[in-house]
Amino acid sequence: MKKINLFYSILLCFLWISCNTPNPTTSSNTASSNTETNSEDLGQAGVQDDESQKDIVKVAVGSQDHTTLVAALKQAEYVNDIANAGPFTVFAPTNAAFDKLPSGTVDGLMKPDQKDALKTILEYHVAVGVYKQDYLQDGQSISMASGDNITVGLKDGKMMINGKANVVATIPASNGLIYVVDEVLLPPTK
Amino acid sequence: MCKKLIFYSISIIAILSLFSACKPKGVQSAVSGDSAVKAYVPPGKYDEFYNIVSGGFSGQMSIYGLPSGRLFRVIPVFSVDPEKGYGYSEESKPMLNTSHGFVPWDDLHHIALSTTDGIHDGKWAFGNANNTPRIARIDLKTFRTAEILEIPNSGGNHSSPFITENTEYVVAGTRFSVPMGDKTDVAINTYKENFKGTVSFISVNKESGEMNLAFQILLPGVDFDLARAGKGKSHGWFFFSCYNSERANTLLEVNASQKDKDFIMAVNWKKAEEYIKAGKGMKKNVRYTHNKMDESKHSATSKIETEAIVLDPKEFPDIVYWIPCPKSPHGCDTDPSGEYIVGSGKLAAVIPVFSFTKMQEAISSKNYEGDYEGLPVLKYDAVLHGEVKKPGLGPLHTEFDANGYAYTSFFVSSEIVKWRISDLQVVDRVPTYYSVGHLCVPGGPTKKPWGKYVIAYNKITKDRYLPTGPELTQSAQLFSIEGDKMKLLLDFPTIGEPHYAEAIPAELLSKNSTKIYKLEENKHPYVTAGEKNSKVERKGNEVHVYMTSIRSHFTPDNIEGVKLGDVVYFHVTNLEQDWDVPHGFAVKGANNAELLIMPGETQTLAWKPERIGVFPMYCTDFCSALHQEMQGYVRVSPANSNVPLSFSTGNVAKPTAPVQ
Repeated sequence: MKKINLFYSILLCFLWISCNTPNPTTSSNTASSNTETNSEDLGQAGVQDDESQKDIVKVAVGSQDHTTLVAALKQAEYVNDIANAGPFTVFAPTNAAFDKLPSGTVDGLMKPDQKDALKTILEYHVAVGVYKQDYLQDGQSISMASGDNITVGLKDGKMMINGKANVVATIPASNGLIYVVDEVLLPPTK
Repeated sequence: MCKKLIFYSISIIAILSLFSACKPKGVQSAVSGDSAVKAYVPPGKYDEFYNIVSGGFSGQMSIYGLPSGRLFRVIPVFSVDPEKGYGYSEESKPMLNTSHGFVPWDDLHHIALSTTDGIHDGKWAFGNANNTPRIARIDLKTFRTAEILEIPNSGGNHSSPFITENTEYVVAGTRFSVPMGDKTDVAINTYKENFKGTVSFISVNKESGEMNLAFQILLPGVDFDLARAGKGKSHGWFFFSCYNSERANTLLEVNASQKDKDFIMAVNWKKAEEYIKAGKGMKKNVRYTHNKMDESKHSATSKIETEAIVLDPKEFPDIVYWIPCPKSPHGCDTDPSGEYIVGSGKLAAVIPVFSFTKMQEAISSKNYEGDYEGLPVLKYDAVLHGEVKKPGLGPLHTEFDANGYAYTSFFVSSEIVKWRISDLQVVDRVPTYYSVGHLCVPGGPTKKPWGKYVIAYNKITKDRYLPTGPELTQSAQLFSIEGDKMKLLLDFPTIGEPHYAEAIPAELLSKNSTKIYKLEENKHPYVTAGEKNSKVERKGNEVHVYMTSIRSHFTPDNIEGVKLGDVVYFHVTNLEQDWDVPHGFAVKGANNAELLIMPGETQTLAWKPERIGVFPMYCTDFCSALHQEMQGYVRVSPANSNVPLSFSTGNVAKPTAPVQ
């Protein structure tokens, strides 16, 4: 399964690259017996579409500051889920945010036997629904996909999550909203 | 009649005994083991062809994939369609306007796909309204009806919408002849003196596709049935099958079947075009609508036109010639080379095949057998390439492959017969279930057939599909024509009643298919370009709601201050810029419609509340995980109420935690 995932991940990367180049058109002169393929069996993340606004996955993949997050999404098999119609609000920690974690934490989470833990952490960064800052109030809590809540702090138009993580950028995507944060959000211990 | 029956019975027995070896007893033996595999398109793969199929009495056009036979979309053309909001939204209503007013349901018979140099170019599909005569142009980027042109001086636009080699013209021939001009209130039994037919030539703009009525040719009151343009060597000519040369106005079943031969009418349209350019046409006062969809405004307009240019071929004798053709010809098909014209007499025992070269010779040597209503009739034998003898019973239509073979459908004997054009020999026949009408070979009417399959469109499906009450589904059947023998691969149900269909290689359309309408290009007068621009305005008793939709809410979603007696216009702009994410809109009690709004599009619902209260509104198109949250309220107060007009989204009294 892991090998397949890795294979898909690599394939996915190639696909994103090929998204930016025009489709090679098959000869229009003959109705050949081969049916045209639509992006292998990659699910929604693999849909070739250069016209629509970019979805959250495409935005994240295009960001140099989010390679760790993208790798984690792939490891957790959440790439297709985040390309779903959603809509989502995703709190996207930067690479620097992951680097703030105790040494070895990320590598540990990326191990196959830690997939469930990784999933839970990633789920804690995703809410179903579009939580625009305009519609939020100081102290409001938002229920995340992991089942836990985050608390939103609003002071002087600046947003802070759980009293610690600063929202440093807001990026709209076709299927929701990305808040770039400078800390990884850690679910409350139970 | 009795003699005819005996003759038919003997013919049937003769044919049955001749071909019993080729006729499988049941579908079990008709389908071989690997058929399912050949029609199967696995997940992740696309179909090889688009099959663009008329919807018959439904008035629509449908899009199937081949070889899978899966229905992808019904394109509303001449009928309202709640699934698309077509004919219900304020923007689309003008498309169905005619000189008779709003016509919500018509009958679409034939498809023509645009060609350049006689080869599919993938730009447009044309369809005809058979009842209230019109031609529609469908944009094959959006798969939407882009334009509808009404045809004046016409009753029953059956012989339509066939196209010339470079889509210079789309034709529209009258099935019903009618009295025209100033004298239209006449006794029906004065048919022979007062009723006329016309064939109209509608020009198509090369770039925009816009149609215009270029000219009409005034003709005797026969019934024009089907037609095909010449191509290659016969480019510049058009061929129309005609029945009722008896010019009967009652019980045509009997009275239009008197003569041994009716006609295929050959029209030299290049010549006619020259006369029109030289100003030889007569200007006639008429009244017809020209409806266009403006894609940037997402809105249709309907304009009344008042002039038609008519050419009387009696004054210009080198435009129209009659070719005698046995027994009420229906199909009239030209082969890929343009040399052969195949007439299919519904009641004929042979299929006559005419030669364009011989026709040209007969015309230059004036080899006429006489005239019909003042127009020359060519000698049958002089223009005949030959006859396919005893092909089957009730020949209707013929399509072609690229290898010199023709495929003719037979309604009465329920079969497709494959024959060779060169020597007119039948080489194969295959049963259909049952009563095949039209048939389609991909690219079959073009200079370059794509081949591979023939699809039969069948009228009767008794014992073939699970019964669904008194009416059963119509069906299509897919046959492979790659080998010497035709092979049944699949049958699938179709909408309405499929008359003609065309099939085109998928890549010619799929690569150009529109994904979204760009918001920055939205020129709708009531567009709301962003949530911050949403508002509600009162103009007298009209309330205009500038509303947006995006996953997963409307802005505004609370509206107050509407009064009884108001007409509320919900102008909903879908802010999504994401492929395949439409939103819907419905408000309780709306007695005309709902809306369906594509990404980047604006659509309008006119709502006239008939009682006071608070009315829910919601998104009808499952858009997202929070689709069920996409809802709101409109408050309607009494006419004399003081409730001020107000609107909001997301105003809450105090912070609320989501329910866990």
